[in-house]
Amino acid sequence: MSSAVIAGLLVFGAVYLFMQREMLRVILGFVLLGHAGNVVLMAAGGSARRHEPFGAPGDLSTVADPLPQAFVLTAIVIAFSITIVMLVLAVTGRDEDDDTEADPEEARS
Amino acid sequence: MSGALLPLFVALPLLLSALLLIVGDRRVLHAVGLFGTLLLAIGGALWLVTDFAGSGGAVAHGVAQWPVGISIPFVADMFAALMLAVTAVLTLVCSWFAYASGRAATVYFAPLVLVLTAGVNGALLTADLFNLFVFIEVMLLPSYGLFVLAARHKGTERQVMGARLYVTLNLLTSTIFLMGVGFIYGTAGTVNMAELAGRAATDGTVAISAAVCLFAVAIKAAVVPIHGWLAVAYPATSPAITALFSGLHTKVAIYAIYRIYAVVFDGDAHWLWIGVALCCLTMVAGVLGAVGEKTTRSVLAFHMISQIGYILLGVALFTLAGLAAGIFYLLHHMIVKASLFLSTGAIEVRYGTGRIGALSGMAKREPVIAVAFFVAALSLAGLPPFSGFVAKFSLILAAVDTGHVIAVIVMLAVSLVTLLSMLKIWNGVFWGSAEAPAPHAPAPAGDGAVATASDGVVATASGRRISAALAGPAVVTACLTLALGLGAEVLMGVSTTAAEGLLDTSTYVKAVMDS
Repeated sequence: MSSAVIAGLLVFGAVYLFMQREMLRVILGFVLLGHAGNVVLMAAGGSARRHEPFGAPGDLSTVADPLPQAFVLTAIVIAFSITIVMLVLAVTGRDEDDDTEADPEEARS
Repeated sequence: MSGALLPLFVALPLLLSALLLIVGDRRVLHAVGLFGTLLLAIGGALWLVTDFAGSGGAVAHGVAQWPVGISIPFVADMFAALMLAVTAVLTLVCSWFAYASGRAATVYFAPLVLVLTAGVNGALLTADLFNLFVFIEVMLLPSYGLFVLAARHKGTERQVMGARLYVTLNLLTSTIFLMGVGFIYGTAGTVNMAELAGRAATDGTVAISAAVCLFAVAIKAAVVPIHGWLAVAYPATSPAITALFSGLHTKVAIYAIYRIYAVVFDGDAHWLWIGVALCCLTMVAGVLGAVGEKTTRSVLAFHMISQIGYILLGVALFTLAGLAAGIFYLLHHMIVKASLFLSTGAIEVRYGTGRIGALSGMAKREPVIAVAFFVAALSLAGLPPFSGFVAKFSLILAAVDTGHVIAVIVMLAVSLVTLLSMLKIWNGVFWGSAEAPAPHAPAPAGDGAVATASDGVVATASGRRISAALAGPAVVTACLTLALGLGAEVLMGVSTTAAEGLLDTSTYVKAVMDS
């Protein structure tokens, strides 16, 4: 339940930031959305019915599933690298993106 | 070919790209490494095709022999082998064009293309949805670099704008795909395609989760209504890279749609009507979008969207004839589209503009490029004897078989408009008097080497023609489409084998389970 609420709040924040015009805010939105995806992956491992893998548990079906955790690790690394690429794109080029601006090819004519 | 060799399709390019970065700025070594690896990939893929020809079958390998479900599984069947072969050929000709147009004159070009190749091969070969996500990212990360790659101080603001759109869209869809994979793991308890086989057809919750994944890859494939990004982003980079991306990225997404629907949904007939409706909309919206465009590459980008509708109609019909026609169409389209982008790209690189109407008389001035464009354009519109005719004709026959009359009418009408649109480029660029060769400054999009090498020396009009090296890629791909049209029997045969593998996934599943 708590992971569902967290994922929902993160997506809410992400969508709000996507609506802004600045590239930097969009990037921050993607950071939030990436976290939402990770929370979904963690929840997919059955975090509601499983416990921490501490000590020497007798029953393996009650301890945390390691596979989604491995997924999340991979996803974090990928999201991190793309965030860096986007930050580079944010500081090069113009400050605001506006889809309706004139095409340079057309502007020349 | 033994399954144990499959991981080499990914490992070899990755390893080589790292080595090339270490050895630094040695152009010859870079070119040898890049083209050598691509030739090896073509050879390996053709080896797989000959293995599967006739009887079908599949080979698989779980890396390091971990048990199924935990290992990284690679699996190849006829469909994957064909895609491997054609993507490698396209990467080869587009890299050739990039070298000829000076786009490759940086130390990062060959390593980036090699990582891209590794990602594409991995996405085609993997039998695990999470690994599909990873390989798509491996494919996309170097693409972001290639998108803005230019010689020093030659990059344009437009490239950065296009790259921003491209990166944000792809990250958004990748995140949606990742969430879909999470949902699938939560509902089915596995992300291995073989273990998921048919699960979406019997279990509604798995079907919804898999639909989230399909939604994400459909955006990557530019299916209407989320197609606008392609038409804006693709023409913003250099011609060589547009051609490369058009052949690889959307096509890998289409491959994923075919594969996921065939294996996970087991071709469930319930949802096919959605596919048929979306495909018809995509065909119409793409071709109408092209009408208002003013540059050759944006016209071609919109046609790509329209053609994606045709290709996906194959999976939306989900009959043997439909799938075979769809696969044939996919392979034909990758080659023809690259040919069109490369022939108009050659003109854009040499004459500095791709605006329709800014040039004229190219047919007299550049007869070789004109013929290459003409052949590819007729093939795209679907006229005999080129491969486009066979592709469209077999797709129409398959649609008639299943009684989709509206789809047939849409296909025929869209073909006609496609032809008109190709004539618009022909009239605006190739036809007309050759008296006024464009007075444009040398290639703003053409970057670096071309412009600097020839600037001061050549002032006469005759000296600035398109060189054989620059025209070569377009001519080679145009010849390929003619060859595929005349020898359609062969390609149709292997496409049918590939379609049989999608209709009956038991050999695919068994190969993965036994790996």
